[in-house]
Formats: sequence, C-alpha cells, structure tokens
Amino acid sequence: MTSSDRLDATFAALADPTRRAILARLASGEASVMELAEPFEMSQPAISKHLKVLERAGLISRGRDAQRRPRRLEAKRFVEATEWLEKYRRLWAGNFQRLDTLLDQLKLDDLRTKEKKPVGTKN
Amino acid sequence: MPSSEIFNVTIPTDREIVVTRVFNAPRHLVFEAWTNPQYLPLWMLGPDGWTMPVCEMDLRPGGSWHFVWRHSNGQEMEMRGEYREVKPPERVVSSESWGPDWPETLNTVVFSEHAGKTTATVTLLYPSKEARDAALKTGMKQGMALSYDRLENYLSSLSV
Repeated sequence: MTSSDRLDATFAALADPTRRAILARLASGEASVMELAEPFEMSQPAISKHLKVLERAGLISRGRDAQRRPRRLEAKRFVEATEWLEKYRRLWAGNFQRLDTLLDQLKLDDLRTKEKKPVGTKN
Repeated sequence: MPSSEIFNVTIPTDREIVVTRVFNAPRHLVFEAWTNPQYLPLWMLGPDGWTMPVCEMDLRPGGSWHFVWRHSNGQEMEMRGEYREVKPPERVVSSESWGPDWPETLNTVVFSEHAGKTTATVTLLYPSKEARDAALKTGMKQGMALSYDRLENYLSSLSV
C-alpha cells in the first residue's frame, strides 16, 4: 500500500460515526467485540464489519488474549493520520474564539443602533 | 455545552473537508463578520503572532479577494481567490489558492439561523483526490504531533 492509499483507507475508516465512536471507546482501553457492540444497537456481525474496516486501515489491532480477542487502538497510526486534521482544527478553533468576541461586540453595536434608530437600517 | 457539539471538522468524502461551528449571534451579523474587510482581519488570524495587514474583498460574483498574513518574525503568507456566488446573508462560494504549489480549492460557506444562533458550514472541495492527498502530506510534514493524553478528548470530539 502506498502512503496515499493508506491515507485513503484511514480517512474512509474515520468517515463513519459508528467507527469513530468505536475508536473513542478504545481510546480508554482495549475491549472485546461483545463489549464494543454493547452501546450500539447493532448485531455483533455488524460491529465486526466495522472492526474489519478499522483493522485494515491499521487503526486497531487484536490483543493477545486468545479467548476475548480484545481490540485495541493503534494510537500511533491514528495520530499519524489525523495530526493534519488536528492542526487544522486548532487553527479554526482559535479563529472562531476571536470571532465569538467580535460577534458579542457587533451584537451590542446592533442593539445600540436599533435603540437610536427604531426604523430598520442596513444591518 | 461541550465545544464538540458546536464545532466539528470532518472529512465526508475523499475530496472534501467540512468545518461546522455554531455562533451565538444572528445570521446577518455572522455574515457581516465573515465578509466585511473591516472585521475579517480581527479574527481570521490563525496561530498566535500573526496579523492580517492585507484584506481585500470584492464581494460579488467574479470579484477577487486577496489576503496577506504577516508573522512578527517577518514571515508572510498569502492567499487569493475569486468569488463565484454571493448570496447575503446565506451563502458565499469562492475559489482559494495559496500559490502554484498548492491545490486550488472551492470553498462554500453556508450560514443558517435557528433560535438566534447561526450555524456556519465551511466546505473545502479539492479538485481531485491527488490534490487533497498532496495537501494532506504537506500539512503533515509541518504538522505538530498530537500528544497521547489528548487523544481521548480528540476522539470523543470527532465522534459527535
């Protein structure tokens, strides 16, 4: 697999909300298929299908316990795939916090304008 | 309200990146803050240390825009594009280019208002899977590592 194919597999795996929820669960520790299926209204085969996609993308692996076959998060692979997205997210988060502040100011200005001029203005 | 309920970054397809954020303000003000060159440089700044000395916006279909950011260490970053669709206070579609080495994206910003709050949805569409991959790789090289203890928070924010 080229690194571009690997990215495709990873992002395809991350595009599904159930699979993201599974990853979120695994971030707090390994879990068996049964434990993973519990919070979802889904059959074990359906969950297994999602797990296969995550496994193929290298985002999870199987633990050593032969009975439970617990799945665990491959954190390194996950971080590698998502650090760009995280950086991007942080960039927007900072921008949006500043925009919140500006909007509070604009709301005040809007209110004052309306008090002075009850007839609708351009804003 | 956890921030993840009002702020999301997702990759719905292999050519798109979608950013969604809810603002506690009516739509016409969010649109104004987003499209008025008097306001944009006050918030669209990126990481600490950057200012936006150039913000030109000819907000009409076919009109061009040009932004320059400057860091206190002298470094500069430039972006240009053209407005394709302008429908105040609902929607702006524009092209965005960071220069010849970057893929040009088509950006769509949609504002919708509910109960005095406004949801802004920004969709970046890359021209091809290859272009997106190139952008991802470049971004990754420059990217900062996410520490493992923050991983759980990040995952739960993604899962909403």
